[in-house]
Amino acid sequence: MCLAVPAQIIKLQDMLATIEINGVTRQASIMLVPEAKVGDYVLVHAGFAIQLVDQEEAERTMELLKELAQYEDQ
Amino acid sequence: MKISNEEQKRSAEFFVKEIRRLTNRPLRLMEVCGTHTVAIFKSGIRQLLPCEVELISGPGCPVCVTPNDYLDMAIAYSRQKDTIITTFGDMLKVPGSTSSLAAEKAEGRDIRVVYSPLESLDIAAGNLDKKVIFLAVGFETTAPTAAATVLEAERKMLRNFYVLSAHKRVPPALNALCAADDITLDGLLLPGHVSAIIGEQAYAFLSERFSVPAVIAGFEALDILQAVYFLVKQIREGKAAVENQYRRIVKPEGNVAARNILSQVYEEDDAVWRGIGLINFSGLKVNAKYRRFDAEESIPVEVEPTVEPRGCRCGEVLRGVAKPFECSLFGDICRPEQPVGSCMVSVEGACAAWYRYGTGRWQI
Ligand code: SF4
Repeated sequence: MCLAVPAQIIKLQDMLATIEINGVTRQASIMLVPEAKVGDYVLVHAGFAIQLVDQEEAERTMELLKELAQYEDQ
Repeated sequence: MKISNEEQKRSAEFFVKEIRRLTNRPLRLMEVCGTHTVAIFKSGIRQLLPCEVELISGPGCPVCVTPNDYLDMAIAYSRQKDTIITTFGDMLKVPGSTSSLAAEKAEGRDIRVVYSPLESLDIAAGNLDKKVIFLAVGFETTAPTAAATVLEAERKMLRNFYVLSAHKRVPPALNALCAADDITLDGLLLPGHVSAIIGEQAYAFLSERFSVPAVIAGFEALDILQAVYFLVKQIREGKAAVENQYRRIVKPEGNVAARNILSQVYEEDDAVWRGIGLINFSGLKVNAKYRRFDAEESIPVEVEPTVEPRGCRCGEVLRGVAKPFECSLFGDICRPEQPVGSCMVSVEGACAAWYRYGTGRWQI
């Protein structure tokens, strides 16, 4: 249940961020990470950003997620 | 920074080789978090580790540790007229004493699966003549999202939104496990996303009081291998510290803003964990200021007497003293499509993970 995924903030309006995860956009609240800015990577859980992520590390995680996705497909 | 497949493979080989080299006695390491359990099975880490290193699943699946009487209460609310239940999908199939939310939904009760607790507010705004009750289940990762939702409901002056809280706190449960006489643990893999909120400091008691080595770990295969390597190294060197393998997410102080929001709405409370029993201060309940959002306080309901499923050993599984396949119902009467206990329902439950992915060593 504590699964969370890294995503990039591409738009920000008040406390609501538009985030992108592997090309898919979603909304997430930044109430729990009020310092987040456009361009930041955040960790998203249950519709909320819960922590900032280092961008380079986020890319790495995304790559691994893609790999896992391929793994599941087989 | 990009890391090629070859590099990943090579670093994984390094960790495995080092873990083998450093292990000189049987070790019982507990992965506390259900998300770790699933990642460990999916990536085949169990098969990579030397036989002496045993990974045991702990009580880190919020759905699994939620006791039956909570579900019975949620089911009773769902049967009330003019009530909409909103819940994370994992809760639907969990059996209560005589029913489940999925069964009630099939009977026509208004039970809606949400991805975020915030969706409950849209539902409440669109159904002002109904009471909307969000089933607030989860550890410190999830609890701040429910707290923020309560604050939003207050801001939007939504008077028909409630939470039924069964939030749990991880450190008191670890304290209870470490203090138990019948459980021996050589090290703990600590939950990365709970730690993102509570920080490293929250675990200081593990080394201070129990001298148990512990490592906060991420969820990729390499994260987990590296964390196991850190643990084995600590054990070999006779150390017992809280290390942080997941620094890209977990700050020493955690997420202070999230904890502030949490403490605006919730206060610590004693809570019952399936299999472990009552643990002081291990739960969260809505505090006096926001009490009108607390379903239990605001909406009277009659709940049927609670009955535990006969033969289910979830309790022992959650404490790491029994393995899922040691339960006589495992895989036979109890399967993911037809679960008897909560550990088989949630995808992150130990029984479900063993059933789905548990090929290999355990069958021998
Ligand atoms: S296999 Fe089923 S009945 Fe047995 S402990 Fe696990 S969930 Fe309970």
